[in-house]
Amino acid sequence: MSSTLAVQPNQRTSSKRQVSTLPLVGPSVVVLLIWMIVPLVMTLWFSLQHLNLLNPDNNSFAGLSNYIALLSTPALWISIFNTLVLVGSVLVITIGLGTLLAVLFNEEFWGRSIARLLAIAPFFVMPTVSALIWKNMLMHPVNGLFAYITRSLGFGAIDWFAQYPMLSVILIVSWEWLPFALLILLTAIQSQDDEQVEAARMDGAKSLAIFRFITLPHLGRAIAVLAMIETIFFLTIFAEIFVTTSGGPGLATTNLAYFIYLRALFEFDVGGASAAGLLAVILANIVAIFLMRIVARNLDV
Amino acid sequence: MAAKPKLRRRIWTTALGWLAAGILFFPIFWMVLTSFKTEVEAIAIPPKLFFQPTLENYSTINDRTDYFSFALNSVLISVGSTLLALLFAVPAAYAMAFFPTKRTKGTLLWMLSTKMLPPVGVLVPIYLIFRNLSLLDTRIGLTIIYTLINLPIVVWMIYTFFKDVPKDILEAGRMDGASTRQEVFQVLLPLALPGIASTGLLAIILSWNEAFWSLNLTTTNAAPLTTFIASFSSPQGLFWAQLSAASSLAIAPILIFGWLSQRQLVRGLTFGAVK
Repeated sequence: MSSTLAVQPNQRTSSKRQVSTLPLVGPSVVVLLIWMIVPLVMTLWFSLQHLNLLNPDNNSFAGLSNYIALLSTPALWISIFNTLVLVGSVLVITIGLGTLLAVLFNEEFWGRSIARLLAIAPFFVMPTVSALIWKNMLMHPVNGLFAYITRSLGFGAIDWFAQYPMLSVILIVSWEWLPFALLILLTAIQSQDDEQVEAARMDGAKSLAIFRFITLPHLGRAIAVLAMIETIFFLTIFAEIFVTTSGGPGLATTNLAYFIYLRALFEFDVGGASAAGLLAVILANIVAIFLMRIVARNLDV
Repeated sequence: MAAKPKLRRRIWTTALGWLAAGILFFPIFWMVLTSFKTEVEAIAIPPKLFFQPTLENYSTINDRTDYFSFALNSVLISVGSTLLALLFAVPAAYAMAFFPTKRTKGTLLWMLSTKMLPPVGVLVPIYLIFRNLSLLDTRIGLTIIYTLINLPIVVWMIYTFFKDVPKDILEAGRMDGASTRQEVFQVLLPLALPGIASTGLLAIILSWNEAFWSLNLTTTNAAPLTTFIASFSSPQGLFWAQLSAASSLAIAPILIFGWLSQRQLVRGLTFGAVK
């Protein structure tokens, strides 16, 4: 389709303008290059230094000792475990429910477009607001709505953030991201071949069979893309934890992002925080490599 | 006969669809409702569904918390960073869409890949650079960060919109002797304007709701609404009705923008991998 444009830089066809592209593309490339390279190289450099801002004179080359110290810190492993639990749970919830909701919202029903607007609304609420609505008005152990409901049912009030801190954070993040999953999967489902579904229905296929053998395989790639994008975002969930639990109680909701934040801006341990930061970069890159492959395949230039 | 199961199916899907929408929207509804209560009613048990609504929270919020200076920060930072990103992105997207070279695809993919760098990975150096350049808690500082984090998405989206502009139209203008400048400003940009506008809208939404850099790099002077709302998390700040009023005002414009730009959101945030 765009193959006519596949000309070499120097031999343009006569109807093409002579436009030098470098001054046009250059600024974007340069600022992004600086944004990407400079902090990353600095993180790498800091991670090899003994550098604590509380004690700035005591600055020396550390070699790999920051990494060794970091890897033997139990808090790091707890935070990595918490990160995996958080990412995994929210992925399962948003993709599972998101698929069901996408199938539901793909059906014609009365007032569907308004219902869909309401359903996707949580995604546009800023994270700090989402976290506080849940923390105060819904999950508060005394005055919250959930406490009122569980007490009315005779179960007594649950102190969500004290008793089930991780579950509480998972619920909040899932509520924020379920609409995103719904939007993506609904877009994907709408490109499904209706005739194929109709033909299967004519042949007497039950709805469940249609979902299992036609819709789900069709959604495969969208689900993969969704899972990878969500993973990259979820690896660094921060605001929700910052506002609700501050990583606690203890380390119960400290994920890798919050661990690095505590190290850097509370203990001012620049070296250790940088080493942990690089660890986060590596984790994200493992996912990013697969995601970029799919993006590259879909990009026609 | 055949119509009956169809009707029954429709009743079922309507009920389920509205139930799902109701559950998902409920926390927002509850917050907006609380914003019209007094502080005493806001924490009342049993919760009050019916009450004498008051606008007091909305009128007092600025007296007590300086709400509008935070809102102004949000507007200036998100609009400023979006305009800056567009300024960088439109020429780049133009060059890549209409004058592709063998490096174009690689460049685009590389730009998108910068989005995948986790912000905590560079928190320490950015914080120190900002401290040394006195950019901490300044609007300029946060604007620069948001421009950079949104730039890849903005370039990518405008690129796809430019690719959708029919080549024949540009060709025709060229035949009539239009200069490059005329071609761009009188033909291309008007055609691509809806796409550019919705890209801008998406960038504003993303900047407005961003809460990692704003929480870490601002405190008071340049704090946008995300940081301001976070200050309600302290125990002494448990004014639910006021918090609800502030939150309702903070999310209302973005909710409307979001509803307007759902399609672009899917396109932009999946980099075209889901169609």
